[in-house]
Amino acid sequence: MKKPPFLDLDAIIDDPDTRIVVCCGSGGVGKTTTAAALGLRAAERGRSAVVLTVDPARRLAQSMGLTELDNTPRPVMGVEGEGRLHAMMLDMKRTFDEIIEAHADPERARQILTNPFYQSLSSSFSGTQEYMAMEKLGQLRRSDEWDLIIVDTPPSRSALDFLDAPERLGRFLDGKLIRVLMLPAKAGGRSAFKLFNAGFGIVAGALTKLLGAQVLKDLQTFVSALDAVFGGFRARADQTYRLLQAPGTAFVVVASPERDAMREASYFVERLAEERMPLAGLVVNRVHRSPASMLSGARSTAAAEDLESRGEHELTSAVLRLHAGRMQLAARERREEEHFISAHPTVPVARVPAMSQDVHDLEGLREVGDLLATR
Amino acid sequence: MRARDTDWDGVRLHVVTGKGGTGKTTVAAALALALAAGGRKVLLVEVEGRQGISRVFDLPPLPYEERKIAVAPGGGDVYALAVDAEEAMLEYLEMFYGMRRAGRALSKIGIVDFATTIAPGFRDVLVTGKTSEAVRRKGKDGKRVYDAVVLDAPPTGRIARFLNVTNEVAGLARVGPIKNHADLVNGVVSSPETAVHFVTLLEEMPVQETLDGLRELRAAGLPPGGIFVNMVRESLLPASVLEAAAEDRLDPTELVLGLKAAGLTDGGSGAVAVAEALTEEIAEHARRTELERHERRALDKAARPRYDLPLLADGVDLSGLYELAESIRTQGAA
Repeated sequence: MKKPPFLDLDAIIDDPDTRIVVCCGSGGVGKTTTAAALGLRAAERGRSAVVLTVDPARRLAQSMGLTELDNTPRPVMGVEGEGRLHAMMLDMKRTFDEIIEAHADPERARQILTNPFYQSLSSSFSGTQEYMAMEKLGQLRRSDEWDLIIVDTPPSRSALDFLDAPERLGRFLDGKLIRVLMLPAKAGGRSAFKLFNAGFGIVAGALTKLLGAQVLKDLQTFVSALDAVFGGFRARADQTYRLLQAPGTAFVVVASPERDAMREASYFVERLAEERMPLAGLVVNRVHRSPASMLSGARSTAAAEDLESRGEHELTSAVLRLHAGRMQLAARERREEEHFISAHPTVPVARVPAMSQDVHDLEGLREVGDLLATR
Repeated sequence: MRARDTDWDGVRLHVVTGKGGTGKTTVAAALALALAAGGRKVLLVEVEGRQGISRVFDLPPLPYEERKIAVAPGGGDVYALAVDAEEAMLEYLEMFYGMRRAGRALSKIGIVDFATTIAPGFRDVLVTGKTSEAVRRKGKDGKRVYDAVVLDAPPTGRIARFLNVTNEVAGLARVGPIKNHADLVNGVVSSPETAVHFVTLLEEMPVQETLDGLRELRAAGLPPGGIFVNMVRESLLPASVLEAAAEDRLDPTELVLGLKAAGLTDGGSGAVAVAEALTEEIAEHARRTELERHERRALDKAARPRYDLPLLADGVDLSGLYELAESIRTQGAA
């Protein structure tokens, strides 16, 4: 098995040209903690960093000494050295509202903000969170207040949603459906339907039957109001996309040494390459190691059996069993990792051993940071 | 079918949720096998388009079609269905409105895309609607087609909202066919025939999310089920040893003797080095165990039936799945 190159995260966060680090990966692999730990480490190595998280885990806020994270970057106290650290949690509805308020006159803004479709779109569309994360990222970058932004991606069902959602939202808002729905509003009534072929009559009828007249009306109002505000939503989505492709962005894929997480990491690495997005490498989190790896699992089991059959040294045999289990787990994790490495031999990898304690404070985050940077 | 004496007799819809990484799909699959054991017919449904079921059963990707995927111990069949929201919507249009052609036309201009991705309430109504239909479906003999349906549901953070469909669409559709459909679904998911189970690990965040999720369920009037504690590593060490190890007070002398007795000396001084390394390993293990005990106490507060599922050292494969199913059965969850 070829050894993968080491992912030197210190080199990445120390490089003044690195302006954005995106931590991505499937749910439950420790993305948010990784992002926070990298942010703290960067700050303590002299950067002016901000961590943008989308995970509403209160524990993480507390670990940074903040009672609650909100949509505004808050300073994190207790950072050692010259640098500084801010942290914020994305409030997607607030962010969306702000865009509307910034781009529409008050009357139009009110129309949009109170529309039931807008409320649904802004608070629960699975892609809105991703899109607003990108939007916030763009805002932070343009403000130029920090020289390093570290962002973790939303806990979507698949890591790929992060890349697809803005495009999907853009497609919807610029799409055929919108144009069809807007027609009656634009042309002043049903007469516009005649412009279309017979197929459209079916569609309009079906929509009314399916949604009810009120829903259709709400939808039309929503669409025309939003369209007037945005002009080209897709152009905006493209802009955020280019920001991510630019040099100065580094994608860090986070995974745990489990089959699904590693598979997801593989897809993500391939996808990043397709989209020409700059991949820094893979962080394998919560790796189980043994301080007693000189004793193999097989020998350990054999010795435990031997002791048990003689009825001697109960404690030792229990310890040996435990150790064998640990070695077996480590071996399985290594196999999962090897699947990834053999498919992507040039991708740099950093491993973080599983910790016996959860992270509760800056000290804990610092420890994770140390582990991330240890070869 | 003779009723078994289990904790969930009378429940026909088992909704399984959990934080990402807790093994939700695996537990849902094992539960389906356990419920099917002894000649019953169970449908396992997934709704997130991840093809998680085909992965745990080591099968090619599942189509939008109910098909038999496994045979349970003692006879009994597990069927699987990967619900695709778009297909469900077309099916729904055809079934209730006879709108086949219009459905395709709607699909072309993106309304289906809209309903299934932009308006999440619609999407959830569609997939829970499909699931509810399977729960209620009756055969020619007037009996239910499936003895039980297991739903591999979205993660804990989204579960109350996902199931509380009436509420979700209320903002969008106050009257009309979608509202009616949502009410129908609600009748199924909030009935005593449904139980929402949580999968967790003995770690702080998944436990916290489980407790939060249970609270949200109660607030929404949805029926809570049991808690499946996944990937439990049994400790073989006596409490006194663990306690000493957690405080780094464990004396490796006894281990050195034991290792020597087992012939693990590795040339003279080897036993001491190994014993010290093992002592360190046990200390880590003991601290972890202590933390786990703490999380168990936190789970006690939920006062829900609890089931421990062992960590599968070789990962989840088909035989591991049957092992988990057996464990679920012996603990009375199915």
